[in-house]
Amino acid sequence: MEHDLTQFALILAIMAGLVFVLGKWMTHLFVSPAHNIIERGTYRLLGVDPAEKMSWKRYGMVLLLSNAAMMLLGYLLLRVQQYIPGDALERASQSPHLAFNTAASFITNTNWQSYSGETSLSNFSQMAVITFLMTVSAATGVAAAGGFIRGLSRKSAADIGNYWVDFTRVIFRLLLPICFVLALVYVWQGIPQTLNAEAIANTLEGARQQLIVGPVASLETIKHIGTNGGGFFAMNSAHPFENPTPLTNTLHILSMLLIPSALTYTFGSMIARRRQGWAFFAAFLVMFLGFLALVYSAERAGNPMFASAGVDQAQTQLQAGGNMEGKELRFGIAQTSLFVTTTTAATTGSVDAMHSSLTPLGGLVPIAEMMLNNVFGGDGVGLINLVTYAILTVFLVGMMIGRTPEFLGKKVEAREMKFVMLAVLAHPFSILGFTALACLTPSTLASLANMGPHGFSEVLYAYTSGTANNGSAFAGLNANTPFFNTTIGLAMLIGRYLTLLPMLAVAGVMAAKTTVPEGPGTLSTSTPLFTGLLVFVVIIVGGLTFLPALALGPIVEHLLMLSGTTF
Amino acid sequence: MSQVDATAPLGASSGGSPKPVKWASVIGEAFKKLSPRVQSKNPVMFVVYLGSIVTTLLWVQALSGKGEASGAFIFAVAISLWFTVLFANAAEALAEGRGKAQADALRATRQRVVARMLKEPRRDSESWPQPSDELDVGAYLLVEAGEIIPTDGEVIEGAASVDESAITGESAPVIREAGGDFCSVTGGTRVLSDWIVIRVTAKPGEAFLDRMIAMVEGAKRGKTPNEIALTILLVALTLIFLLVCATLLPFSLFSTVLNGSGSVVTITVLIALLVCLIPTTIGALLSAIGIAGMSRMIKANVLATSGRAIEAAGDVDVLLLDKTGTITLGNREAAKFHPAPRMDERTLADAAQLASLADETPEGRSIVVLAKNTFNIRGRELHGAETIAFSAHTRMSGINLDGRQIRKGAASAIRAHVEAMGGVFPQEITKIVEDVARRGSTPLVVSDDIHVLGVVELKDIIKGGIKERFAELRGMGIKTVMITGDNHLTAAAIAAEAGVDDYLAEATPEDKLQLIRKYQAEGRLVAMTGDGTNDAPALAQADVALAMNSGTQAAKEAGNMVDLDSNPTKLLRVVEVGKQMIMTRGSLTTFSVANDLAKYFAIIPAAFVATYPPLAVLNVMGLHSPASAILSAVIFNALIIVALIPLALRGVQYRAEPAARLLGRNLLIYGLGGIIAPFIGIKLIDILLTPFF
Repeated sequence: MEHDLTQFALILAIMAGLVFVLGKWMTHLFVSPAHNIIERGTYRLLGVDPAEKMSWKRYGMVLLLSNAAMMLLGYLLLRVQQYIPGDALERASQSPHLAFNTAASFITNTNWQSYSGETSLSNFSQMAVITFLMTVSAATGVAAAGGFIRGLSRKSAADIGNYWVDFTRVIFRLLLPICFVLALVYVWQGIPQTLNAEAIANTLEGARQQLIVGPVASLETIKHIGTNGGGFFAMNSAHPFENPTPLTNTLHILSMLLIPSALTYTFGSMIARRRQGWAFFAAFLVMFLGFLALVYSAERAGNPMFASAGVDQAQTQLQAGGNMEGKELRFGIAQTSLFVTTTTAATTGSVDAMHSSLTPLGGLVPIAEMMLNNVFGGDGVGLINLVTYAILTVFLVGMMIGRTPEFLGKKVEAREMKFVMLAVLAHPFSILGFTALACLTPSTLASLANMGPHGFSEVLYAYTSGTANNGSAFAGLNANTPFFNTTIGLAMLIGRYLTLLPMLAVAGVMAAKTTVPEGPGTLSTSTPLFTGLLVFVVIIVGGLTFLPALALGPIVEHLLMLSGTTF
Repeated sequence: MSQVDATAPLGASSGGSPKPVKWASVIGEAFKKLSPRVQSKNPVMFVVYLGSIVTTLLWVQALSGKGEASGAFIFAVAISLWFTVLFANAAEALAEGRGKAQADALRATRQRVVARMLKEPRRDSESWPQPSDELDVGAYLLVEAGEIIPTDGEVIEGAASVDESAITGESAPVIREAGGDFCSVTGGTRVLSDWIVIRVTAKPGEAFLDRMIAMVEGAKRGKTPNEIALTILLVALTLIFLLVCATLLPFSLFSTVLNGSGSVVTITVLIALLVCLIPTTIGALLSAIGIAGMSRMIKANVLATSGRAIEAAGDVDVLLLDKTGTITLGNREAAKFHPAPRMDERTLADAAQLASLADETPEGRSIVVLAKNTFNIRGRELHGAETIAFSAHTRMSGINLDGRQIRKGAASAIRAHVEAMGGVFPQEITKIVEDVARRGSTPLVVSDDIHVLGVVELKDIIKGGIKERFAELRGMGIKTVMITGDNHLTAAAIAAEAGVDDYLAEATPEDKLQLIRKYQAEGRLVAMTGDGTNDAPALAQADVALAMNSGTQAAKEAGNMVDLDSNPTKLLRVVEVGKQMIMTRGSLTTFSVANDLAKYFAIIPAAFVATYPPLAVLNVMGLHSPASAILSAVIFNALIIVALIPLALRGVQYRAEPAARLLGRNLLIYGLGGIIAPFIGIKLIDILLTPFF
């Protein structure tokens, strides 16, 4: 156990160290006035004016339309895959609803996969659709965070920056360099990077085994750096070609947390209130540690029914102990718990274990983190979501000091509240609404592998994962049906754009306001007290919204397990 | 005496004693407000209203034997929901009722009188009678002793003493005269002596008294910006919980299918859950809080033109305070005699006393008192003396006695006077004058013929307790700025003594306006008081502008509040009322949301225990049965509204403290208290309900 805790501490310490380095770099990226030669070339090629000052409406519109165009491109490529030459395995095109789901999934940074990577996508599609959309969707999120922070940092300003500049710089200055270096490390660790489609192995028994390979290492880097999560293979990061060693597992975890955590520093830096950035970092970390503790202790304790049957579940030199169902021996309880917590916190959605096989309380962690959607959160959007809740917190408690609420010195008034509440509402509306719809749809039962509360959890998990733009699956649910492909696709689009665009509006409205100087009469939002309140509001609002649904899923499943029933 | 002003406790301002509440009319109003038109204005309570109707219909259905649950249970839930709505209505009616009583008292003053209209703005012009509600702006009226002034106006000829007690509650008559800052008269007040010709300045029905009545009755009360923002939050929370409860039905249905057993949750239970979860507490009391805030202002004898102004008062960062009347008492007092070199102090005191004996101003009297106290110089009979009164032209006063010309006055005036008679104004005196001024006092030079005897130091008297008050304000993050016409030296000294943060010396109305704009550009909200016409631009610019009722019509028009007592210190009270109103809103919102935790623990196990028995462990309160648990939560939800009505009307306790301390205290009371209270309350109600459900 000490080793496990040391491991957690070490990985989180490295993450915290990287916050400084990358936070500073991203600040520079967003505020530097100079464009480099590649960027200038790109602007000329795209025919955009990098000097244009965009209002939030224009910024949001450019974001939305460029995303729509890229999604359409992805959709078309998936539809015509079988006509594109070069695939030795001649994999078929995706059906319309599956292609819609896949394109929506990757443009929204969700990476929900209703298809199985090996059998369904050619190497060209893996690169031109999947890896491409993974990169631009992450860049969209980080760029939006840049525009958002810039809006909050300004006073009496009409614009929040230039989307094209933010987007291009994030790709050229942030994502590509990191991914390039990381891909080389991955290749060193044994992850394939080839244009061949398969490798044939003759096994000891004389059988001929087909091993699917392809450009995995490059996909793997942006998959985690971009908090995407879509695997090259159906088994995702549990597959030895995607995640061969504990070191790659650790690098995956650090990659996922890299940008979301560092953005807190960038935030503090850009609004010239460093402490505020750390206060948000602390809020992220506190929630993260809480969830990690829950999943780790639940998985480590294992299943009480085994204990009563006399099975030894203790961790020893010779066995991993705890609940190892659905886990990889090379990662064990600790690395798996940390990966589970990270992948749903940072809404990546890659998995190195089967979430469906977690203990009920362990399985509650990924679903709860996605419901809150702001424990670090996805690239860019995680920070934006936390600020949404910070404004909500300011409004709920700020009036108790006898002033109309203020955030970062700007008055929170009706207009901002409207946008904030829209962003807060979109998330549960999509999750609960679509889950309810699925519950009423007769075909749903046919897609379920399990009955009882676990079956309900599978459906709830699917829409939560889609809406939170996470993409991990609980397994057990056959989601490749027209109904699920369409509704989960819509959930992903709602979860992405109906939270992002209102918050860009908030940034735009806030940018136009003057700033009230801080003093003893104003509510400080960078104190430990406020961080505590923020965490409390996130959990209470999330809890109040989702507790009834959770009560019918993981909570009752846990209680049933205690009384001797499993699913 | 004025110490009372500065340290007056809350609610100690003048105003009528609270009238007993007429419960019958409150109950009547509560039922009257059940009309859908009234209900639909409050989205949160409208949901409860709809829930009450649906559960009532479900009860009717149950009576026919086809109900989804036992008739008694549905009936109990329906009744509890109706009471929730009625309690919210009663809270509003109660708040409005207080205002109505005040309005009735005012309306009694507003009599329809017949005005004497003049053709020309002269007393002896042709005149004819005209009803007071048919007077146009610009009409000329004559009002004589014993008559009531028909409407608001401006005196253009004559002077009269006017009894304004109907408006201000102050029984001493005031002088109203043409020209200057005392030319405005208010409709409904009475001329006691002499006569005045006034020009009508208010349209019929828009006079000061009319506006005041409308304000008090809450007829014109629109929602304030913060109230609108809060309503958006409450509506959004309501929508979320509506979604939560609406989706629970399919979830429950699906669960029973998956589980192969159990029963689907009933509509009654879902409505009960919904009403418990949506922020009914704050939703029910929100409008009462706003009306009560207005009422508290009126109780302090301040009339705000809008709720917005009261809200802005809570946000004020900078107070511009006129020195005279707010920081210092209006009068200065002689503090010390400074004789010229080689001059006896007693000689100076003697001359100063002679020069002041006939001077009835407070300053003059204070010189006589000082002379008596220090040298025991008594009052004397002045036979054949000629007293020279102060005039704005000479800026001196004094006495001609036995051929001596004794004068006291400003240094420059005495210098001119002495030099005109061939005397010399000594250098040393100039130095003393400067020293005195540096200390924040006013130097008064005394001369006897061509000899300059010395200087009398007149000190401003800082109001008692005001320094502590400013320190409190500083702790709350509010900056105080003293505005004075004095020179920089004087202003700096008084500012230091009174403990204000900054001062504006030799202030002109333009300077004031500039200063306000400067602070506003920094993002600060500025409050000020004013009474003169030249204050109007600054009043119009300030975020909170408290005009004195004694001031000119222009000042009153430009401000967004009028202090009927004409006491500039009232500005501090205005800030308190504003802060208190927002605090009350915030505290009850927090309380309302915090309550939900316990309600979940009451209702969720009760609703689903039939499908999944193990969920009974969530029944942490050990409630008797599912029916009693749900009813307890609903009843608690209704009763808490009643329990909090007094708090909503009175406002949460206000203290002048830094934000962090206020937040800590209120979080503890309303946040933590809001989490704990319902656990206890619901358990107690459940114990009472145990025999029945």
